[in-house]
Amino acid sequence: MSVFINKDTKVIVQGITGGTALFHTKQMLDYGTQIVGGVTPKKGGTEVEGVPVFNTVENAVEETGANASVVYVPAPFAADAIMEAVDAELDLVICITEHIPVQDMVKVKRYMEGKKTRLVGPNCPGVITPEECKIGIMPGYIHKKGHIGVVSRSGTLTYEAVHQLSENGFGQSTAVGIGGDPVNGTDFIDTLKAFNEDPDTEAVIMIGEIGGTAEEEAAEWIKANMDKPVVGFIGGATAPPGKRMGHAGAIISGGKGTAEEKIRVMNECGISVASTPAVIGETMIDTLKENNLYDKCKTH
Amino acid sequence: MNIHEYQAKEIFRSYNVAVPNSKVAFSVDEAVEAAKELGSDVTVVKAQIHAGGRGKAGGVKIAKSLDDVREYANEILGSTLVTHQTGPEGKEVKRLLIEEGCDIQNEYYIGVVMDRATSSVVMMGSEEGGTEIEEVAAETPEKIFKEVIDPVTGLMPYQARRLAFNINIPEEYLGKAVKFMMSLYDVFVQKDCSVAEINPLVTTGDGEVLALDAKLNFDDNALFRQKDLVDYRDLDEEDDKEIEASKHDLSYIALDGNIGCMVNGAGLAMATMDIIKHHGGEPANFLDVGGGATAEKVTEAFKIILSDDNVKGILVNIFGGIMKCDVIAEGVVEATKQIGLEIPLVVRLEGTNVEQGKKILDESGLNITSADSMADGAEKIVSLVK
Repeated sequence: MSVFINKDTKVIVQGITGGTALFHTKQMLDYGTQIVGGVTPKKGGTEVEGVPVFNTVENAVEETGANASVVYVPAPFAADAIMEAVDAELDLVICITEHIPVQDMVKVKRYMEGKKTRLVGPNCPGVITPEECKIGIMPGYIHKKGHIGVVSRSGTLTYEAVHQLSENGFGQSTAVGIGGDPVNGTDFIDTLKAFNEDPDTEAVIMIGEIGGTAEEEAAEWIKANMDKPVVGFIGGATAPPGKRMGHAGAIISGGKGTAEEKIRVMNECGISVASTPAVIGETMIDTLKENNLYDKCKTH
Repeated sequence: MNIHEYQAKEIFRSYNVAVPNSKVAFSVDEAVEAAKELGSDVTVVKAQIHAGGRGKAGGVKIAKSLDDVREYANEILGSTLVTHQTGPEGKEVKRLLIEEGCDIQNEYYIGVVMDRATSSVVMMGSEEGGTEIEEVAAETPEKIFKEVIDPVTGLMPYQARRLAFNINIPEEYLGKAVKFMMSLYDVFVQKDCSVAEINPLVTTGDGEVLALDAKLNFDDNALFRQKDLVDYRDLDEEDDKEIEASKHDLSYIALDGNIGCMVNGAGLAMATMDIIKHHGGEPANFLDVGGGATAEKVTEAFKIILSDDNVKGILVNIFGGIMKCDVIAEGVVEATKQIGLEIPLVVRLEGTNVEQGKKILDESGLNITSADSMADGAEKIVSLVK
């Protein structure tokens, strides 16, 4: 089992004929992901990497039976691409594109109300269920199949955490990158809920960063609802207020969004917070031992 | 992107958001000329820098004659203002706003922000205008009222009325207050603002509702469709290294420490700063080279880091995913060859093609210390700069 995606997920790539999308389409195919089609307006009827290209998402879904999409469309057109996928009633849309104007995302969120589609991202590395399905841009080979769920606002920091787990013999159920933008789709709580209900996930790593209050809200939710142990880390403890740290959402403003406050709330809610990014793996191992889950989660 | 108050007021005028008459001045003579043209009994001389708290720092003066205007303009232009937002080094004033005084009856606060919690634009108001809104929010949050705006309908008149009533704007000003808020929302949406703040909004003796101050920030991601805003950029207000970085599409923030950092990915870049600090060092910068860095980009990143005289050592921390470690290693070697390197360099490579990457560094003959992990890298660079 896993969350959001598995070996049966059928994926279309929106913007498939762009350079980045082509490269990652090949990577995903090599990993074993079922890429069943691509969409680029006016390129319908052609084929890339052995994958048929369609003019519209609607066509692609009709012809291929896809239930998920990954968006690599450039930022000015990405919101439109997401809405097209939502309109085609896909179960899941993962948007990799960064630098989407935030007001476009406000419209997307409003558009999605009451619709069935789950959005992950934008500005995220994607979602991977090791050895089954990789949708996004993460390096596949560092992931191993197992029982630790990973959810994160940051791409490379997710790789760091996954790498530490895999090196120590702890595989992952699914790793979900929710992205670094202030207005996005799936949030920490949505993903934690899914991990909580997933029989194959025994423990979860939640990686946050400065800005906003999503980590605090997730911590409160964990305290009230989560049956499985959670280990956390917050990036940006040394970031100065008022400076945007790369991600559109990573900024301390008006005294809100500091790492200190997030870590305090997480600790209060029973989450073990790694003191440095280098000990995320170790912190998880200690937590597994405390919860008698070490043997169950040791996969290799 | 930030702009000056006078620029924000220019935008406001074009959207019929009411502001007092005013003119920008770049010299003392221009300031006096502007005051003459405005011809009001009382003229306000305001320093134009990208920071709040100008009044308290002596950057806003009330002139009652043209001689006063000359005196104050002389005093403020070229001076360095230190406010709670400028940092201890302060900011030099190079532009002035010369504005007609008005007969203030009451002061209010109106702000428009992108609210993460509701994924919506929110308009906030308070009758505690003129003071620090953060203080009001902390001490008397019940005095701040919010309207969550549906992007489909935009701000509705009933919402603007409710906000005006909630913050106790007198009824005789209601029509103008509502018009002000509706127009302000239009500016926010049509110009892709991330923050629009009016503090204070004032009611005047002659029945007007005016923005006495105006602060606008814009969503950098939307500048591609706001080309006219780019002309408002004032490079004097930005860090030289940050300007250089933005030319090369690098995300760079200058900090106060002495360990330069080059990392791929914003989260890992922040975490690298954190771990340096954890081991007793001080990062000199945040630098995310992004996912598609080439040898050329790595060279530029190095140049920017080395242009900071405070830097006494560099830590490169790369977790190659799509980014290949051998490409990074080639870039590092090329950069050090081109620009020379007289300070310690610690490189931690992990991920795709890591072995090839390490080999390139080993065979380069350069004085590069390699690290096996983030923690190892941080420990090494901290001990090397001590």
